[in-house]
Amino acid sequence: MPAKTKYELPLGAATREAFGKALVDLGRTNPDVVALDADLSKSTYTAGFAKEFPSRFIECGIAESNMIAIGAGLASAGKIPFAASFSVFALNKGFEQLRVTAAYPNVNLKVVGTHSGISIGEDGPSQMSVEDLSLACSLPGFTVLSPADETSMIELVKLSAAHVGPVFIRAGRPKAARIYQAGRQFKIGQAIELLEGSDVTLIATGLLVAESIRAAEALEAEGISARVIDFHTIKPLDREAIARAARETGAIVVAEEHLADGGLGVRIAQVVAETHPAPMEFVGIQNTYAESATPEQLLDKYGLLARDVAAAARRVVKRKR
Amino acid sequence: MQKTSDVAQLAAITKRMRRTAIEMITEAGSGHPGGSLSAAEIVTTLFFDVLRHDPENPQWPDRDRFILSKGHCCPILYAVMAECGYCPKDQLMTLRKLGSIYQGHPDVRFLPALEASTGSLGLGLSLGLGMSLAAKMNGGKARSYVVLGDGEIQEGQIWEAAMAAAFLRVDNLVAIVDYNQIQLDGFVKDIMSLEPLAEKWRGFGWHVIEAYGHDIAALQSAFGEASSEKGRPTCIIAHTIKGKGVSFMENNPKFHGSAPTREECAKALQELA
Repeated sequence: MPAKTKYELPLGAATREAFGKALVDLGRTNPDVVALDADLSKSTYTAGFAKEFPSRFIECGIAESNMIAIGAGLASAGKIPFAASFSVFALNKGFEQLRVTAAYPNVNLKVVGTHSGISIGEDGPSQMSVEDLSLACSLPGFTVLSPADETSMIELVKLSAAHVGPVFIRAGRPKAARIYQAGRQFKIGQAIELLEGSDVTLIATGLLVAESIRAAEALEAEGISARVIDFHTIKPLDREAIARAARETGAIVVAEEHLADGGLGVRIAQVVAETHPAPMEFVGIQNTYAESATPEQLLDKYGLLARDVAAAARRVVKRKR
Repeated sequence: MQKTSDVAQLAAITKRMRRTAIEMITEAGSGHPGGSLSAAEIVTTLFFDVLRHDPENPQWPDRDRFILSKGHCCPILYAVMAECGYCPKDQLMTLRKLGSIYQGHPDVRFLPALEASTGSLGLGLSLGLGMSLAAKMNGGKARSYVVLGDGEIQEGQIWEAAMAAAFLRVDNLVAIVDYNQIQLDGFVKDIMSLEPLAEKWRGFGWHVIEAYGHDIAALQSAFGEASSEKGRPTCIIAHTIKGKGVSFMENNPKFHGSAPTREECAKALQELA
């Protein structure tokens, strides 16, 4: 296992930008891949695909419900459609369509929600998707992915295209800290242990993965050995990694840029309760909507920084018997 | 299956399909007879004459697609699909029962020959649009036919799809509005009027044909005209009678969503003899 100084966490591309790049690569190798957008292609980065493959790109206008169902129709006819919008619009305006036209008949539709969480900043809560993981995970048969950085997004987009069945991929607006080397292999449903540790496990997804690595480094200086696991797949959950973490470290913190109600944390808690009950703490947005500010100010105010993960870890370690 | 363009033969099949649908709904004890009967000629004419399809090869990639967007009227669709050979006739009377392939609303998990799971209104036109776009990308001949309820098109997504299909020049898409004038709570004109309906579709950029939806020759002519229309989708407004063919069901809102009793069923079958 790596020493805790391994991660320098330089800023890389935003995961939405990495998605756009991966989509173009997919388009070059797989003629069945098509893309749909709802007037946000410059923001979701489907614009690159649209430019290179205009005949395989469908601009749906500002009509997300229609976009999701058109995508389902394309999938039913053998295409591999990637429908992209801000996560808040794809999931909330398209939820009925995701349920009835994608999940229920189990069609091969991929939905990419960018601008997730509160780190979009100044645009404020109407654009902030803080319930998307909860909604997506509630759909039977859906695979739900939440990559933390550029490399993991690129690899998971590729894996999504190869996976037969509906997939939701969560992407963010800001540049994301680089965690993985290019070319690193991923497997849907298999969490990745980034740091080993024995006193507590920090389970994180998205932007909170880098924050959790930073938290583990701070905790190490205090003599607390923290394991860090990247849950890039929210559904299906890596039950084995969760059970092992609960058994071996006896305390778990889950950190996510999402409402604490209904997100990754409660899903992990369910598995902990079923396998090896252990004290847990949750870092997430607490039963509220955020506001306009810079991303940095918001992550600070709403308690989604390394400092907050470390504080939760100290609390949970104290609760161990 | 034996396809036919003969109006008398199609009329005879339609009458049988009406009988089967009534029997199915009676046996189930619940369901939607009125809209099944109003759509009988539309569905029969499509499957037995118009659609390019092959029940022996239901996954043929270049087949035409049929979507019953008003999914609650599935008894008529199941009856017709079984008659075509897509699914067993001898299970039709299991409609809505545990384990039946004939679910209360169309469900591809149970009946894979269906093109879509429907039941929540307003979704089917977008699905058909997606399927038509895929056909165009493939350079194939496949066309999509989507049967919409009149009440159903009160749903906003229908008009999102209508706008997109015309803008994208999807001429291999046909919407058929089963304009039987009745929805669950009463008459469409009293619940949420659609008029002027033809002007709405024209305003959205569609080619519009109005036809009497129980006149098979008129439907054949409308589908033919739709096939030759280039550069824009076609909407066939089929003026129909809810409960058509059974005197006490015709224009009777009660039979939008309630099953006939056994006595009513017997009377209906006599009328459809």
